[in-house]
Amino acid sequence: MTIMSTQILVVDDDPQLQKLMRVGLGSYGFEIILADNGESAITLAARKQPNLFILDIHLGHRPDGVDVCKTIREWTTTPVIMLSANGDKRSVLSALAVGADDYVTKPFDMEILVARIRAVMRRSASEVSSTSNGEIRVHDLVIDLVNRRVTLQGEIIHFTPIEYKLLTLLATNPGKVLTFNKLLMEIKGVSSERPEQQHFVRVYINTIRKKLKDDSANRISPLYIFSESGIGYRFTDISSPASEF
Amino acid sequence: MNYQRPDPDELLARVQEEEANSQRGKLKIFFGAAAGVGKTYSMLEAAQQRRAEEVDVVAGYVEPHRRPETEAMMTGLEQLPTRLVEYKGSQLKEFDLDGALKRHPSLILVDELAHTNAPGSRHDKRWQDVKELLEAGINVYTTVNVQHLESLNDIVAQITNTVVRETVPDSILEHADEVEVIDISPDDLLKRLSEGKIYMPQQADQAMRNFFRKGNLMALRELSLRRTADRVDTQMQLYRQDKSVEQIWPAGEHILVCISPSPLSSRLVRAAKRMATGLRAEWVTVYVETPRTTNLSDTDRTRVIQTLRLAEQLGAETATLSGHNVVEELLNYSRKQNVTKIIVGKPVHSRWRDLLFGSVLDELVRKSGSIDVYVISGELDAPQASTSQVFRNPINWKYYAQAVLVVAICTLISGAVFPYLSAPNLIMVYLVGTVLVAVRYGRNASILSSILSVLAFDFFFVSPYFTFAISDTEYLITFSVMLLVGMVISGLMVRTKGQAQAAREREQRTSSLYEMSREFANSSTTEKIVEVAIKHIEEIFESRVILMLPDGTAHLKTYGSPTAMAKLTQQEEGVARWVYDHGQTAGLGTQTLPGSEGMHLPLMTSDGTLGGIGVYPVQPRRIFSPDQLHLLETFANQTALAIERSQLSEKTEQAQVQIETERLRNSLLSSVSHDLRTPLAAITGAVSGLLQPSHKLDRQGHELALIAFEEAERMNRLVTNLLEMTRLESGAVQVDKEWQPLEEVVGTTLTRLEKLLLNHTIHTDLPDDLPLVPIDGILIEQVLVNLLENAIKYTPTGTTIEVKARRGQDEVVVEVADQGAGLQASDEKLIFDKFYRVRSTTVGGIGLGLTICRAIVEAHGGRIWALNRPTGGALFQFTIPLEGEPPQMSMEDEHYEA
Repeated sequence: MTIMSTQILVVDDDPQLQKLMRVGLGSYGFEIILADNGESAITLAARKQPNLFILDIHLGHRPDGVDVCKTIREWTTTPVIMLSANGDKRSVLSALAVGADDYVTKPFDMEILVARIRAVMRRSASEVSSTSNGEIRVHDLVIDLVNRRVTLQGEIIHFTPIEYKLLTLLATNPGKVLTFNKLLMEIKGVSSERPEQQHFVRVYINTIRKKLKDDSANRISPLYIFSESGIGYRFTDISSPASEF
Repeated sequence: MNYQRPDPDELLARVQEEEANSQRGKLKIFFGAAAGVGKTYSMLEAAQQRRAEEVDVVAGYVEPHRRPETEAMMTGLEQLPTRLVEYKGSQLKEFDLDGALKRHPSLILVDELAHTNAPGSRHDKRWQDVKELLEAGINVYTTVNVQHLESLNDIVAQITNTVVRETVPDSILEHADEVEVIDISPDDLLKRLSEGKIYMPQQADQAMRNFFRKGNLMALRELSLRRTADRVDTQMQLYRQDKSVEQIWPAGEHILVCISPSPLSSRLVRAAKRMATGLRAEWVTVYVETPRTTNLSDTDRTRVIQTLRLAEQLGAETATLSGHNVVEELLNYSRKQNVTKIIVGKPVHSRWRDLLFGSVLDELVRKSGSIDVYVISGELDAPQASTSQVFRNPINWKYYAQAVLVVAICTLISGAVFPYLSAPNLIMVYLVGTVLVAVRYGRNASILSSILSVLAFDFFFVSPYFTFAISDTEYLITFSVMLLVGMVISGLMVRTKGQAQAAREREQRTSSLYEMSREFANSSTTEKIVEVAIKHIEEIFESRVILMLPDGTAHLKTYGSPTAMAKLTQQEEGVARWVYDHGQTAGLGTQTLPGSEGMHLPLMTSDGTLGGIGVYPVQPRRIFSPDQLHLLETFANQTALAIERSQLSEKTEQAQVQIETERLRNSLLSSVSHDLRTPLAAITGAVSGLLQPSHKLDRQGHELALIAFEEAERMNRLVTNLLEMTRLESGAVQVDKEWQPLEEVVGTTLTRLEKLLLNHTIHTDLPDDLPLVPIDGILIEQVLVNLLENAIKYTPTGTTIEVKARRGQDEVVVEVADQGAGLQASDEKLIFDKFYRVRSTTVGGIGLGLTICRAIVEAHGGRIWALNRPTGGALFQFTIPLEGEPPQMSMEDEHYEA
């Protein structure tokens, strides 16, 4: 992958943060284009055709980050990472719903941001990722997609059909946030805006974690499935170790 | 083959009925032909059997028959204490309804369904008590004899010559879940009677001569068996309908029964009920009000009302029509309602009246066209004979004086023109006078004036003059015609006036209803609507009115004028409360709590009972006619709708304001949060960039950058806490509760604090059977983060911190325990206060963490506290209440993958 050619459009209304992005991301070899409001962001997106967008959700006035994301999704599949203030789950959910690829909470470690950028770029570059050989290997976990068999440290683990579906869905999207709603749709076949249904997903994931010995009784930080509070779940991205924060 | 599909509406109605029934208790009736067939015994036997099956059975009331077999059957059954009622110096034992509701067994025995309760009881009749028990979800076993059935009442009276006063509506038997016929042959029954098993010997003798004649018993037995067969037949029909079995459904018969103030009318109503049941037809009971009958005596009026009520009880619709021709009104109504059969009573008056005034019956039969007319006799009750009497206006002497005066004036005028006109023309003058009197002063005055006119004319102007003798017989005709004209005109006038009066009354009611609706539309607040409703109802029904609405607590807030409020004694309040709780009308003129001074109606909306309305007639104990009652119900409905509308709009308005405030607050907080975090983000980002190996900082520089990074992160936590506190205090935090495993929240908390926890050992203990908890995950995560940060801050490195949870009663208890120095005694309570910090510590922090914990836990309805562990160290515990049940997982997920 030629990082040198990667052009990132950063949209943020704070001049200091703009500066940080230019210097910080620049030092990793990315080419940074800056915009400080939604309108100029959309214009620049159309004119410069960057390889990636970093959008602050809160831009002070309309169009805000979510609006921009929604607009550019109308013509491009270019990856989008949102920047959110802590505790702003609702905006994050709506941004993910309109097509954002990932999000980072402010304040963030530059390293984490870069790791996320790389992961998103990689995913968009190759639609078929590590699953091409029909097998996913992460640490001691092997998921044989062809024979529908899961082993942990060589031992076969039994999953119910729904659990297996959830696990493979997460594992085939390493590093990507999958919202409760998306997961629920996957297991129930219908979308449900009703939050009272989310506990189905939580209960299944909890069981999966216990079977994978990935719960808090066994380790402080999970190895495979990470919780994104109030948003959903993310499967570990082994090829980018920084995602294990 | 032609299959008839079940009517969907009917099926739906049945499903709804079944649904309602599933929450209701089940009713089983032990049904017999006469006393002594062994109903009570069978009931007790069944109850004992249920008791053996470990069902919670209580004998609510069992008639003390003093029969040894029956008493033996009572052994072991829990008996509900009876209620003692003082009545006319003697003590009556009554079934204790409230006691039964309080005890709430699964099955209760209540003997003698037809019993009439002592005055002052909540309900007039015991069957109403049973209904309330069923509604409360209690199963009931009861007993009843065939002679107590309302619709068979008159037939039984015919058979046995005994009028049974205690009756039970047929609907009770029809809707019972189970009916068991207790049947023995008349010979056996008589044998039991003569053996003294039913009554004491002397009584038995008397009974055998009267009620217990073999013929009677056979007839009663046939009645009860036939009645049960009817029930089975109905069930069969329902079954067939369910299964869509081909059948010929009787073509929608619709029966109309026309009643009059006569006491025979109740017989007509019963006959109609039997015919309607036989034909499975709908039926309607109609009373036609004519100008002639508008001035009924009080007894007659009450009787009409009672007959209509009886009809309603037997399941009929009722209607009161008004017009001047009974037959026309009746037939118009019948055609409109597609009535197929009309039932009227056989006239009891003599034939000459029909010849003179025309027979209503003849006219009805002639004009009825395709409608069948059934004429039913009313001979049976003849001894009670019609006591109806024409209501007379009080004699108004003034009118008679006026009549005399008019005749005198006519005489003077006639005298003046006598020389110029012939006698027949003079009569015209008197005729004009008589017409005038008829128009102005009514029938009696006009008759008087006719007679006086004739006399005066005869005396003054017919030869021989100044005598009453008549020389020419021709004048007799003149006299008769004059008398007749006077009577006809006055009759017409009275009728017109009556109709005008009725029309005026109707118009007044309609317009007042309209007026009230119009005023409702202009009233914006509930108070105003209540005021308007009270004003109008008081005016139309000549009553004092109280309106009651719940005030948000368990109490009812009352509205009304001070005079009306004075009516609201403690007892009346009880009636109002009952009406509100049950959503049924009660009080004066009804069968529930009839001792009340006023009539209480519920204010019903589609969502249930909104409140109640009490109507106290100014004229004490005046009962409303069904017509007025319906109007009153309409008023109550209108009021309920208006109040509901205003309450909804008040609620919407409040919600709107709240949403607006919340929106403003949230946007403010979110921009403050953004503004505070952005510089922090820049600092953290910049320093973290600096820490990259690519920058090749020397050791000292790296350490300095690390300090900057860590402090920026701490700053971020402080800002988060401050913002969180502001949110919580301003009430901007909405607790978005979701059912979730606690495991996950603990997991995310630990992941978040991973770096801080490096120097401590963490031990978690979350049992596998821990239930899902209803929490806002993000907020509870904050609680755990704060508690753990606290533990990390105040305990030496290398010690263990434990996170545990266990299930308590209706709650889950979560605890965070450390092995530090513990708390000082005074700290235990104060540490949750804002800005409180443990003394003599050098640890940083502004003392908000635990305050936030408390606010969040309390917002979840839980409690939080701190104490010292006996083994040393501090222990923080908080509870999460478990309210309700998580939605069930409905997905099929049972089969494991191979």
